[in-house]
Amino acid sequence: MARTEAPKIVTARLGYDDSHTLERYLATGGYEGLHKALTMTPEAVAHEVDTASLLGRGGAGFPAGRKWALLGKKPVTYLTINGDESEPATFKDHLLIERDPHQIIEGVLISAYALQVTQAFIYLRGEFALGLERMQAALNEAYAHGAVGADIFGSGFSIDLVLHPGAGAYICGEETALLESLEGKRGFPRIKPPFFPASIGLYGQPTVVNNVETMANIPWIITNGGAAFAALGEGRSTGTRLFALAGHVQNPGVYELEMVKNTFRDLIYDPALGGGITGGNKLKAFIPGGVSAPWFGPDQVDLPLGQDEVGQAGSMLGSGSIVVMDSTTCVVRAAWRITKFFSRESCGQCTPCREGAGWLERILYRIENGAGREEDLDLLMDLCDNISPGVAWPPQQTTICVLGPSIPSSIASGIRMFRDEFLVHVKEGGCPFD
Amino acid sequence: MSHLSADLLAQAKDVVALYPEPRSALIPLCHLAQQQDGWLRPEAMSEIAELVGVTAAEVRGTATFYDMLHIEPVGSYVVSVCTNIACLLGGALELLEHAESSLGVRAGGTTVDGVFTLEESECLADCDRTPCVQVNHRYVGGQTADTFDQLLADLRSGALAATVPSHGTLVRVRRSGGLAADKQAIVTERAAMAEAQAKRSAALAAAQAKAAKESAAEAEKVADPDVATVAGPSPSSKSVPAPEPPGKPSGGAA
Repeated sequence: MARTEAPKIVTARLGYDDSHTLERYLATGGYEGLHKALTMTPEAVAHEVDTASLLGRGGAGFPAGRKWALLGKKPVTYLTINGDESEPATFKDHLLIERDPHQIIEGVLISAYALQVTQAFIYLRGEFALGLERMQAALNEAYAHGAVGADIFGSGFSIDLVLHPGAGAYICGEETALLESLEGKRGFPRIKPPFFPASIGLYGQPTVVNNVETMANIPWIITNGGAAFAALGEGRSTGTRLFALAGHVQNPGVYELEMVKNTFRDLIYDPALGGGITGGNKLKAFIPGGVSAPWFGPDQVDLPLGQDEVGQAGSMLGSGSIVVMDSTTCVVRAAWRITKFFSRESCGQCTPCREGAGWLERILYRIENGAGREEDLDLLMDLCDNISPGVAWPPQQTTICVLGPSIPSSIASGIRMFRDEFLVHVKEGGCPFD
Repeated sequence: MSHLSADLLAQAKDVVALYPEPRSALIPLCHLAQQQDGWLRPEAMSEIAELVGVTAAEVRGTATFYDMLHIEPVGSYVVSVCTNIACLLGGALELLEHAESSLGVRAGGTTVDGVFTLEESECLADCDRTPCVQVNHRYVGGQTADTFDQLLADLRSGALAATVPSHGTLVRVRRSGGLAADKQAIVTERAAMAEAQAKRSAALAAAQAKAAKESAAEAEKVADPDVATVAGPSPSSKSVPAPEPPGKPSGGAA
């Protein structure tokens, strides 16, 4: 087992029951990063984050510093934090929001200072009722503490931070859809180009959108230096990262691990981590980075948990959620449920996604329930090819956003890895696992 | 006559004032209306429309996009059972079937006494406790058939009133403190800051250019030790005016 002694960067405080309060936050080094940042120039703060080469923790893995670098050329008006965590089986942001809201707020304030933004928004998923309460309470405390508002900590810098509740729509995790939603509209992703809201974002103004976990890393980076962060991990994947482990494992949960230094095997089997497969069953397949990612089989379990490493193997680390499926799992049912999710959550703007997801779901449903035909397998792949030509990874795109091209992942993985199991469903007229 | 209570109306106006453009308050205001009624009554949608400056049809058209906003009545308790992948692997379809028979309604339905609405939901981001259930969007932990029936009984008896409040979000915590956003002020302030930033960048570039010239000069005059001392091995530390932070440094660490 290759677990390392890397420091806990974003989960250090979670051992305390009152980790969400200002009192505990201040007692454990809270807001020191912000104090330090305010003595530096905004450019120097941005430079530290760039040095850390912190990759965005939302799913796309775009370097946060590079996103900010656009500020050199074009000033940013708004900073918006994406806390709309909805990728199935991803529950890391949920943990940070409920258990350490001040850390996120401090990260936002430091980032706002670096970007010289005076208005920031934290968009939280509406279903996080407790998380919203905790975040608002923390924000109230931060205002009273002088960390946010006018002339913060007597620095002359003023910043207003607004907590905005979502109302239940997966697509609002897509940054342009999030901005539409924040403007009080349906969460329709915007047509690209422009590819980044840095050009035209909220209310048509240049906007930076960063993920909650990304923000939670910022205070540590400023306190300890970008170089210390970059020294952790390997290659492009620096620092530590939260991995949300779910499915058929003994100890599902969120684990903070140094990037690249650990493998999927460590995460799933280490007694201090996943603790192995439930019931001593065999590993059948696992999803390495949210349900948008193509699946891996047991032969890929020794891959390191790194962005490029997983990418080169034909999938993605995505949102950092790993779903373990053991030998009792029906892959047709799993693929059907994931496809049903995409069908429900398609915003409906683009035909391949809106219609395709529904068709795919109905075909998978009939296979699972005994009304499938052998030619359905080719039909599924043909439909997938219509949504994302070539059905390869990284996927080709026929739609405004990447929700569409994510639909084929589970279906193509299921058919390519377990074609026989699909055929058994057809031949036996039903699910062999029932 | 306002449909929202006086208190909620005052809260709604505060929320509108938070945003550079009033329409941004549309969804938060829908949550407020649901806090009062459980769902979005047509009167509430008209009032929200007036408060944020759009038509009632636009409020409805926006609300129908979002799973949490209801345009039809719901029960006092909305019970959401997640059946997405992690919960599916944890037996969520079986739990949902049990819930349907316990409550006597299909997913999407409301019990005749108006107490419960059952929903089959997408991932609720609590995947280490499966199958995941929320009541009025409060997590109640992973459920089995037995604990689920107990949960229903506790909800009926009011035993969970403290952990499961009414509909709406941010029911128990309100925003205090903060500045009201004025879009024009933000854009103006932003422009001023951009100007200051450009000045700092220009100063930095000029200083770097000067330093480069000096080090070139130093290379030429390498035979003269006095000049080398003046220029120093690290010209930036001496001859370059470090760009000033825009505000004065803070008083001290926490």
